[in-house]
Amino acid sequence: MTTELFGAILFAMIVAATPLMLVALGELVTEKAGMLNLGAEGLMAVGAVSAFIATHTTGSVTVGVLAGMTAGVLLSSIFALVTIPLMANQVATGLAIAIFGVGLAAFIGKPFEASVIASTPAWTVPGLSDIPVVGKALFSHQPIVYLAWIATGVVIWVLARTRTGLVLKAVGESPAVGHAIGYPVNRIRALAVLFGGAMAGLGGAYLSVFYTPMWTEDMVAGRGWIALALVVFATWRPWRVVLGAHLFGGVLILQLFVQSSGLDLQVPSQLLSAMPYLATIVVLVLIAGNPKTIRIHSPASLGKPFRPDAS
Amino acid sequence: MIRLERRPQPSTRWRWLAPVVAVGLTILTGLIIFALLGKDPILGFQVFFVYPLRSLYGVSELLLKATPLALIGMGLAVGFRAGIWNIGAEGQFLFGAVFATGVALYLPSITGLSLVAMVFAGILGGMAWALIPAWLRTRFHTNEILVSLMLVYVAQLFVSWLVFGPWRDPRGFNFPQTEMFDAAWLLPTLLSGSRLNLAFVLTLIVLVIGHILLAKSYYGFSIRVAGESPSAARYAGLSERRNIYAGLLIGGACAGLAGMAEVAGPMGQLTDKASVGYGFAAIIVAFVGRLQPLGIGLAALVMALFFLGGEQAQQYLNLPGSISRVFQGLLLFYLLAADVLVQFRLVRTSPQTKGAL
Repeated sequence: MTTELFGAILFAMIVAATPLMLVALGELVTEKAGMLNLGAEGLMAVGAVSAFIATHTTGSVTVGVLAGMTAGVLLSSIFALVTIPLMANQVATGLAIAIFGVGLAAFIGKPFEASVIASTPAWTVPGLSDIPVVGKALFSHQPIVYLAWIATGVVIWVLARTRTGLVLKAVGESPAVGHAIGYPVNRIRALAVLFGGAMAGLGGAYLSVFYTPMWTEDMVAGRGWIALALVVFATWRPWRVVLGAHLFGGVLILQLFVQSSGLDLQVPSQLLSAMPYLATIVVLVLIAGNPKTIRIHSPASLGKPFRPDAS
Repeated sequence: MIRLERRPQPSTRWRWLAPVVAVGLTILTGLIIFALLGKDPILGFQVFFVYPLRSLYGVSELLLKATPLALIGMGLAVGFRAGIWNIGAEGQFLFGAVFATGVALYLPSITGLSLVAMVFAGILGGMAWALIPAWLRTRFHTNEILVSLMLVYVAQLFVSWLVFGPWRDPRGFNFPQTEMFDAAWLLPTLLSGSRLNLAFVLTLIVLVIGHILLAKSYYGFSIRVAGESPSAARYAGLSERRNIYAGLLIGGACAGLAGMAEVAGPMGQLTDKASVGYGFAAIIVAFVGRLQPLGIGLAALVMALFFLGGEQAQQYLNLPGSISRVFQGLLLFYLLAADVLVQFRLVRTSPQTKGAL
């Protein structure tokens, strides 16, 4: 019984953590290049609604996922345009992306609120899923979860081991030096923003097509903001993003387990629903208690525009 | 080729022209959106921007909607000027509404005093909720953007708990709402037949106070220094702590007051739909209004028109009301983009000079 419960919790944790992990890794890449895009919530919302509509219309989840990512790229390209060549304040523009994205998603999703799409069956990995205790929890997911793992592995590898990763980090630490060496700083930054948009769109698509195959206006429910907090929590280190996402996944599913366990805790359901948000605050307090750690690890040029031809 | 060249001094003209250009571009984009959706753009324009203002009642509704936007926007502007990013006004608004509702439900009403108690309760509620990010920021250096935003969700859930639980009207057919307030707890209306109430006057007073505070006081000067150059502020011995507390608490107070005015005004009770997103829309109001009281007042009117236009669009064009949020977001994008012309000017470069670069 206990191993069964453990497996079930682990499984649900992974399912809930996947979108957070995708969005937070995308934001991590964006921030590593020195760009602070606070619009993840809006990017996820347009990703979710586009993926849902595309899946509903074509019947193909692949098309849906691609549509979600495309929507994320398109919306984040507005961010790139306004903040890079036009040098607008990144915090304000990110807020604009968040507000606009959530509103736009509500607008275009309205006619689809009652629509349903088929839920995607899980793909059980032969052999691996027979491992006792954790096999089922790790290897009987919908294909998108494995895809997310691959994407995560690639991001971690690129950041840590490749020239691309090195250039990206250099641009974020010191755009002036990057420029002096001859790298197209602003083009790299724009690409990092678009990559973040694609990942946030993918995270949104995960929610509306796989996690709960439907569209409702408030389905993102702050996950974009939590993902931003995760990047700070992880102090810009990808491994800790993965860890943090799963911790939060645990908090997110807490409510479901308390409700289904039949335990009468005399706790209002709203308090349980508030747990992820309260946990985010607690985590921010814990990590930010040591401002030095944050200062050392945050990309030095984060949020600052760069103009190559200005002295 | 056209390129940007930094102006020797920021352009005052463009600081005020940018919002006007942004409104124009938003309307233009709106017409294109209507056309793309297969609606007549001219009719769309009329429905959105003319229909809401056809009657005196319509104008009073515009002022009613603009009231919370201007009030919250003014409070946020103080924080934004100081470099404090309070984006949780929506939660502070709700807590103002909750405190005011508590007073209305539990205190005996005394003519005259009741309203004073309401006003203070609203302000206190908003400040209490804003105190959390302020304290955490000063004590633990947490990011106030994320903390204040997380608290919006917590506040929404708290309101939901209240109106589904202890505060639910026993005779309300199980709707998530409190009892209607007694007349003594409602803000007096200004025009008979309209819903425009005392909060409008309070807002005008707050805008005037905001003007004095920002333009004429030492405090206004010190927060501008803190916002524009934190290191200069430290060198001058300005307290960062005080700056953070003031920036957040003033924003919270204004948002709480607006929340009170909503439940004690047009709603007359607390429900789980106490806010339609005023706290977020007010962020746009503050920016479009250039963080200046007069600008904020004008921007609130424009944003309120978008809200009303969205309602009309639902009725006459069969479009989702959320189209108003699309327009509001677009307005902010265009403003941020147009702002480049405050610091830079467009210069035409001849091919030769381009070659030289």
